[in-house]
Amino acid sequence: MKWTDPVASIRRRWGRHRQEQEGAVRTLVSNLPYEDLKKKDHPNCQYKSNVIKTTKYTLWSFVPKNLYEQFHRVANLYFVGLAVLNFVPVVNAFQPEVALIPICVILALTAFKDGWVDLRRFQMDQKLNNLPCLVYSRIETGFVERRWKDVRVGDFIKVVSNEIIPADILLLHTSNPDSVCLMETANLDGETNLKQRKVVPGFSAPNSPFKPGGFKSTVVCERPNNDLNHFSGYIEKPDKKKLGFGIDSLLLRGCTTRNTDESSGIVVYAGHETKSMLNNSGARYKRSKLERKLNADVLYCVLLLFSMCLIGALGHAIWLETFSDVPLYMVPDSEGRFIPPTLAGFYMFFTMIILLQVLIPISLYVSIELVKMGQVFFITQDLDLYHEETDTRIQCQALNITEDLGQIQHVFSDKTGTLTENKMVFRRCTITGTEYSHSENAVRLAVLGETDASEDEVTLFQQRRKRRQPSLFAEDPGEAAGRCHDAQADVASYQSSKVAAGVHSDLAFSSPLETEVVPDRKLLQVVLEADRLREGGSLDQGLNQGLERSLYLDFFVALAICNTVVVSTATAQRQRVKGRRNSYAPQTVWGRLRGFLKKTGSPWSASKFVAGKQEPLADPFAADEEPPDISDTPDIYTTTPEGGNPKTQSEVTSNQAQRQRPDPTRPGSASPDDVCYESQSPDESALVHAARAYGSTLLERTPDRVTVLLPHGTLLSYEVLDILTFDSTRKRMSVLVRHPHTDEIILYTKGADSAVMEILEDPAGESVSQCELRKRVCSNTQRHLDMYARDGLRTLCFAKRVVSQKAYEDWSLIRQQAISAIANKEKLLMDTAILLETNLTLIGATGIEDRLQENVPETIEALREAGMQVWVLTGDKTETAVNIAYACKLLDHKDLVFTLNTNNKAVCQSILESTLEEVRRYGPDPVFRGLGEGFGVQASGDLGEDPTIGLVIDGRTLSLVLEEEDLRSKFVELCRHCRSVLCCRVTPLQKSTVVKLVRDKLRVMTLAIGDGANDVNMIQAADVGIGIFGQEGMQAVMASDFAISRFKHLRRLLLVHGHWCYSRLSNMVIYFFYKNLAYVALLFWYQFFCGFSGTAMIDYWLMIFFNLFFTSVPPIMHGIMDQDASKTTLLSFPELYKIGQHSEGYRRSAFWIAMLDAFYQSLVCFFIPYLTYQGSDIDIFSFGNPMNTVSLFTIILHLAIEINAWTVVHWVTMLGSVLLYFGVTLAFSAICVTCNPPSDPYWIMQQQMADPMFYLVCLITVVVALLPKYTLQVLRGTLAPPPLLYARQLERQPPSGEEQIRIDVSQAPPDPRFTLSGLSSPPPSSPPSPIQTRHPQKL
Amino acid sequence: MMASSYNAKEEDGHHSGAVGPGGAGTVKIKKPDNTAFKQQRLPAWQPILTAGTVLPAFFVIGLIFIPIGIGLFVTSNNIKEFEIDYTGMEESSPCYVCAHNYSWNNTTPCICLIPFVLDQPFESNVFMYYGLSNFYQNHRRYVKSRDDSQLNGDKTSLLNPSKECEPYRKSNGLSIAPCGAIANSLFNDTLELIYNFPNGTTITIPLMRKGIAWWTDKHVKFRNPGGNDNNLTTAFAGTAKPLNWGKPVYELDPSDPDNNGFINEDFIVWMRTAALPTFRKLYRIIQKKKDNMMPTLPQGNYTLNITYNYPVRSFDGQKRMILSTISWMGGKNPFLGIAYITVGSVCFFLGVVLLIIHHKYGSRNNNADIPN
Repeated sequence: MKWTDPVASIRRRWGRHRQEQEGAVRTLVSNLPYEDLKKKDHPNCQYKSNVIKTTKYTLWSFVPKNLYEQFHRVANLYFVGLAVLNFVPVVNAFQPEVALIPICVILALTAFKDGWVDLRRFQMDQKLNNLPCLVYSRIETGFVERRWKDVRVGDFIKVVSNEIIPADILLLHTSNPDSVCLMETANLDGETNLKQRKVVPGFSAPNSPFKPGGFKSTVVCERPNNDLNHFSGYIEKPDKKKLGFGIDSLLLRGCTTRNTDESSGIVVYAGHETKSMLNNSGARYKRSKLERKLNADVLYCVLLLFSMCLIGALGHAIWLETFSDVPLYMVPDSEGRFIPPTLAGFYMFFTMIILLQVLIPISLYVSIELVKMGQVFFITQDLDLYHEETDTRIQCQALNITEDLGQIQHVFSDKTGTLTENKMVFRRCTITGTEYSHSENAVRLAVLGETDASEDEVTLFQQRRKRRQPSLFAEDPGEAAGRCHDAQADVASYQSSKVAAGVHSDLAFSSPLETEVVPDRKLLQVVLEADRLREGGSLDQGLNQGLERSLYLDFFVALAICNTVVVSTATAQRQRVKGRRNSYAPQTVWGRLRGFLKKTGSPWSASKFVAGKQEPLADPFAADEEPPDISDTPDIYTTTPEGGNPKTQSEVTSNQAQRQRPDPTRPGSASPDDVCYESQSPDESALVHAARAYGSTLLERTPDRVTVLLPHGTLLSYEVLDILTFDSTRKRMSVLVRHPHTDEIILYTKGADSAVMEILEDPAGESVSQCELRKRVCSNTQRHLDMYARDGLRTLCFAKRVVSQKAYEDWSLIRQQAISAIANKEKLLMDTAILLETNLTLIGATGIEDRLQENVPETIEALREAGMQVWVLTGDKTETAVNIAYACKLLDHKDLVFTLNTNNKAVCQSILESTLEEVRRYGPDPVFRGLGEGFGVQASGDLGEDPTIGLVIDGRTLSLVLEEEDLRSKFVELCRHCRSVLCCRVTPLQKSTVVKLVRDKLRVMTLAIGDGANDVNMIQAADVGIGIFGQEGMQAVMASDFAISRFKHLRRLLLVHGHWCYSRLSNMVIYFFYKNLAYVALLFWYQFFCGFSGTAMIDYWLMIFFNLFFTSVPPIMHGIMDQDASKTTLLSFPELYKIGQHSEGYRRSAFWIAMLDAFYQSLVCFFIPYLTYQGSDIDIFSFGNPMNTVSLFTIILHLAIEINAWTVVHWVTMLGSVLLYFGVTLAFSAICVTCNPPSDPYWIMQQQMADPMFYLVCLITVVVALLPKYTLQVLRGTLAPPPLLYARQLERQPPSGEEQIRIDVSQAPPDPRFTLSGLSSPPPSSPPSPIQTRHPQKL
Repeated sequence: MMASSYNAKEEDGHHSGAVGPGGAGTVKIKKPDNTAFKQQRLPAWQPILTAGTVLPAFFVIGLIFIPIGIGLFVTSNNIKEFEIDYTGMEESSPCYVCAHNYSWNNTTPCICLIPFVLDQPFESNVFMYYGLSNFYQNHRRYVKSRDDSQLNGDKTSLLNPSKECEPYRKSNGLSIAPCGAIANSLFNDTLELIYNFPNGTTITIPLMRKGIAWWTDKHVKFRNPGGNDNNLTTAFAGTAKPLNWGKPVYELDPSDPDNNGFINEDFIVWMRTAALPTFRKLYRIIQKKKDNMMPTLPQGNYTLNITYNYPVRSFDGQKRMILSTISWMGGKNPFLGIAYITVGSVCFFLGVVLLIIHHKYGSRNNNADIPN
C-alpha cells in the first residue's frame, strides 16, 4: 500500500520552485577557476551535487517519519482511534494497555519492512556514492581520483573504457581519433546495442590532448528532465560563438563506455538531476478491481458493526431501565454515583465498538499484502514463464494487482514486437520497378521456421502422428517422404548452427535468420554486372540502361549507409561479448550461398525443390482455400517412413543436448572482415545485412565518414555531411553524403512508402523517355509495395537526390542555426530536413518480414476461448496489419470483416450506423455468455449460425470517431459485437485513448501488452499493463505492471496464474470476512447474557492471538498456494477463466452467504456450550474457553472445506495452528496467575481438558456448525457441479479421455469450430499439401 | 551495480546489474529452480465433495453420535437433583419477613426455616449449592472490580489496591481488603441442613466447607499476605473490611486457619465470577457415609435453616438451595444427550438422502464423464 507522502510533495514543490529560479535553461561554467573557493561561492553551487540518496529515512527520522506515514492509512487510524477510545475510562472494554497491542504489532511489522527496504537502498546508495572516478583538478593539473559523491556540476571528468559514467557529462573529448565514444545503455534502458556519442561538434580538434584548464566557455542547456532521448543546448565561447549540441553529445549516468579508452567532458547534471535518476520512479501502486470491491464490503462490515453496537447500546439502556433499585452488582463510579441509563447506553456504544472491533478485518489488509507477495513469488518462479534464450523471467513490477490478471475481459495488443518477433528478415525487394522475389531466401526461412516450431513440439508430434498417419500416407507417401527427408536434413543442420548462435542471442540480430540473406541469383548477377560496369567506368554514360544499372548499385549503397547502424569490428569488440557469433560470420557471401546449396543438395535440385513451393505473391484471399496452419508443422515428421523417424528423433535430441554446452568444435577466431552491426531498430540491421549479402558491406561508420565495400573489392568512403534523423511526422530518415570519387553530394532517403512517394521529383521537366521511365518505376514499385503489404511485409522505400554544392551550402547555413537553437529545436530541425528532402528519385523498395512469435495464434485462440476480446492496435499500415491478423488467427476467413476507412465525419457516421445495423441483424446483444453455456459439449451447435464479426479501423477514422461523443458510443457499441478489432496506423496517444474509451464505456477490465515506447501510453492506461522484453528498448517494460519475454507467456500468465491469483485471493478475502464475523459474533451473543455490559468471556490476549497467530497462517497459505484446478486443466479449458472475468469468485452474494454462514456458525458455537453449561457453576472464562476452542476448530475446518488441494504445506499449517492454539493456551493458563488482571485464565484450560464434557461439547458443536456448509458443498458437487468442479472431475478420468481433451484444446487445431467445441471429436486430418508444410508465418 | 536506480526491479529479486545476459557460455542465472514447490507441483490431495465420497462420513457420524447421546442422556437422568427457592418473595414463604426487613447493617441475624421432603435417597457424595438468579456477576465493571495481586498475597497491593477496585478501594483512608465490588457483594447467607428422622428427632447434617474451590485457586492463586502461617490479624493490619461485610476478612473462618482470610473457600468460590446471570455456586459437600449402608441423604423430611443475610430484592433476584449428586459429566443437564441423539439422527438421515441422490444422479455424472 502506498500513501501520498506530503513531505515528499512539499519537497517536490520546493524543488520545483528552486528550478524555477534556475530559469528556462541551465547555464554553467567550469569549476576549475573556483576550485579553492568555498563551496557556496561556486558559480554552479545551486545545482545538486552528485550525492544520491534514495532512502526515505535517516537514522533519526525513521521512527517519527515512518509513524507519520503509517498513520496516513485509514486502517491504522481506525486502530489508533480504538486504542485511544480504550483509554477513556467510561467506555473502555479492556485494559487500556492491552488495546495497544494490535496497533503496535501492525505498526512494528510495517516499520520493520519499510526499514529493511530503506536499509537496502541506503547500502546501495553508499556503494554508488563511494565509487571512484577521475576528476580534473587545477591545483594538481591532472585528473585525480575522487568519489562519485564529490562530483559537482561544472567538474571535468574522465571516463576510461568499460567504466560506469558517474553523472551526465557533456562529451568534450575522446581518445578516439574520430571524436566518438561508444556507450552501452543496458543499465538504463536495457538496450544492448552500443550507442555512439560524439564530441560537441566544432569544439575540439581530434587527436589533440584535452585541456580542461582552458575551458572558458559557458554551457547553456535545458533544465534537467527525464527524457532519455532528448537533450539540447549550446556552448557559448568567450568570443560569443555558439556551438550547438544534442543528446548525441551527452554521456548518461549509469551507462558504460565501451571501445573508447578515454572520454572526458564537463558535468552538466549530477546526482538526482541526472536523466537516469529522473527516470527512476519506484514501483507503482494500482488498486485492483477486487480490492475496490472489497472496500465496499468493508463498509458493509462497518455498517454491521454499527448496528451491532447500536443493539448493544439500546440493550444496555433498556436493561438498566428495568431496575427500580440499584442492584448489588452495579458498580458506581469512583465518586459513588451511578450514571443515568441513557448516558450509560451512549457510552456502551463505544465500548461495543472496542469489543467488536475485529469485525472490521484490518488484518485482511496485511494478509492481502502478504498473499500477493507470495503470489508474485510463485509467478516469477514459474519455469514456463521463463525464456531460456534471453535468460529472462517474468518481472512483476506492480505487486498488488495479481488477481486482476484473472479478470481480464479485453486485451489490447501491439503488433510489432508483441505478436511478431520484431526480428526483421529481408524478404523481397523491388528495384527500379523490377521485383526480385528472393525465393531461395524464403525457402531457407521456411525451413528455419519449422526448426523453431519443431523444438517446441517435439514432445507433441508423436501423439499427433498416431492420429494422422493413415490419411497422410494415403496421399502420396513416396513423394512426401522424399521431400521431407530433404527438409529434415536441413532441420538438423540448421539446428546445429542455431545451437551455436542461440547461446549468444542476447543480441537479437545475430541469429542466422536475420544475417544470412540468400541473395536472389538473378539480382545478384545484375548487381555484380553493375559493379563491374562501374569499375570499367562505363556506368556513367547517360544511357537509360546504365542509369538503371547504377541505380541497382545505389540501392544497395543506400541500404548500407542510410541508417544509424553502428559497426563494431572483431578487433574493437566489447569485451563481454568476445567470441560471439563466429559460426557463420567468416563465410563470405559466396561461401554461404555455396553452403546453403550444398545443404539442399545440388543447386539444381535445390531450385527444383524451390520451384515446387514457389508461390506467387499471395493476395489475402488466395489463402482462403488453404488456411495456413501453424500446428500442422510437425507433419513434416509424420510423413517420413517409419525407418526415418528414429533418426530424426535422435538428431533432434542430440541437437538439443548440444545446446546445453558450447560446441568446442566451432572455430573461435574471427576473420578480419568479421563485422558486427549494432542498430537500434531491427529493420535497419536487416537491411544492412541484406546489402552485405549483395556485396555492399558496411565496413565502418564514424560521425563524418561511412565506408562501404563494394562487390568487387572497391572501398568507398563517403563523407557524411548530415544525418536527418527519423521522426514520426516525416516518417523517413536521410543521410547526406559526399561521394568520394565524383564529389557529388547525394541525399539518400529511406522511409515509409507514403512518406517517400509524395516527395518524389516531378517528372514533368524531363525528357519524355525519362518521364515514362520514372512513371513506370513509380507505378510498378507502388504495385509491388501493395503486394508486399498484403503479404504482411513491412515496406520501406529508398530514394536519392543529388544536391548541388550551392544548394547544400545554402541549406547547411539554415541547418546550423537550427542545430544551435534551444527553443523549438525539434521543429526547426524537422523543417530544415523537409527543406532538403524534395525532388527525390525513387530507387526501390524493400519488403521486410517480421515473423510471428511462436504460438501466437494458439495464444490468441486460447485468450478468446477464455472470453477475452482481443484487439490489435498497430502503427502499421492496414494491409500489413490485416495480414498479420489473419496469420495469427485474430481474424478468420469465415469472419465478417468490416473496414472503416474514411476521411469524412458524416461518412464515418453513416458507415458506423449502417454497420451497426447490419451487425445487429446477425445476433442479439452479445451479452457475455455465462459459464454454463460456454462450457462443455453443447456449445458447439450455435456457432455455425451467426458469423463472428471483425472490425478494421484506421487511425484517421479512429480520430474522427474519437472526436465526438455520439460516434464514440456508437463505435463502442459496434465493438461490443465484434469478436476482434484491428486498429491500424494509430498513434501512441490514440492507443491509450482507445483503451480508456473501452475501459470506461464498457466497464471492463482491460489489459494492454506491448514492447515499444509507443505502447507506453496504452500500457499505463489499461488496468493491467504488460511489457514485452523486446528489441525496442525497455520503456514499455519499465512502464508495465508485468513484463514477459514472449507473447505466448500471456496465455499461461492469465489462464493459470491470473485464474489462480483471483480465485485464491477472492476465497481468502471472503474467508477473512467470514472468520472475523464468526468470531466476533460470539462476543455479541454473550452481550445478551451480561446485560449488554461489554464483557468478553474470552481472555483478551487469547482473542488477539486468535486473530494474529492461530487462524492467520492457514488462510494466507491458502491464498498463496491453493489450486482450484491444475495447470493442465486450466490450460485445457480456457473457459474456466470466465469465472474470474465475471467476478464469480468474489460476488456480493458470496459475501453475504459467507456472512450468514458466519452468523449461523457463531450461533451454534455460542449456544451449544451455553445450553450445556446453563445454570451450572461455570465461571466466565471457563465458559468462554470451549467457545474459543470450538470456533478455532470451526474456522479451521471451514477452511479445510474450502481448500481444493491439500499439500504438505496445508497440512503443516492447519495442524500447526491447532497445536499452536493448544500450546499457547495451555502455557498461558499455566503461567498467568495474576498477570492479566480482569480475566482469570489461570488453569482453566487444564481444568477443562481434564473434563470429558469439554471434548463432547467441542465435537458436537463443530459438527453442527459445519454441517450445512458441508452438506451444501456435497449437494452442489453432486447435483450441479460448477464448471470448475466439472473440470476437476474430468481430470480424474482415465488418461485416455483426458489426453484427447488436452490435445484438442491446447494445440488449438486450425478450425475454430473444433477448438470452440472443446471437448468433442478430434480435428479431421486435412490432406497434406505443399503449402501445409510451409510455416504459416511465411505468408 | 547501477541497479539502485531501479529499486523496484531490485526488490523483485531481479538483479538488473551490469552483468546482464550475454557472453559465451553464460549460465542461466535467472532460470527458476525446477522444484516441485516453486513450480507449484507439490503432491496434493484433491478431495472432491460428492455424495458418493462423503456418504460414509455421514453414516459414521450418525453411528457414533447416537450411542454417545444415549449414554449422556442416561447419565444425566441418573443424577438426582433437588432445588428449593428460599428467596421469600411470597407471603407464604417462611423467609418473607427476612427478605423484607433486610439491610446490610443488621446486627441481629434473621433466621428462617424451610422444611422440604426428599422423595428419593441421594447416594454418594452430595453437593450442596446456592443458586442466584438475575445476578449479573458477569457485568463488565463488576468483573473487573477486583485486585488479583492483593488476593495473591502481595503486600503492596494489600495496602494500595488496584484502581480497578474503585469505589471499593479505600474506606476511611484505609485500603479495603479484599477490595472491589465482587468481594464487597460476597454471598453471606448461612445454610444448614437438618434431617428430621421419622421418629421426630433431628440431626444437623455435617457439611464439608473445604474442598469446594479449585485446588489451584486455593493453593496458587489465592494467598494470604505474609503466608498462611502468620497471624492473620497482623497480616491484615492497616486494612479495612469491605463495606458490606460484617466482619473482616481474617475472621471469615476463625476455626480453621487453612480456610481463613483470602483462602477461605467460600470467598474463593464467590470470586470466581459466574458466566451467566442465573448460576449456582458450590456451597458445601455432604460426604457419603463411611459404612456405605445408608445413603448420604436418605429420603425423608428435612429442614433448611437459613441465616438470611443476602438481599436480592433490588434486582428481582432469587435465591435457591440445590442438592445434587454428580457424575463424570457434572450436574444434571439432559441437553447434550438430546443434542447428540438429534444430530446423530440428522446425519444418518442425510446419509440416506445422499445415498438416494448418489444412486440417482451420481451415476449419471460418472457415465457422462467416462467416454467409453
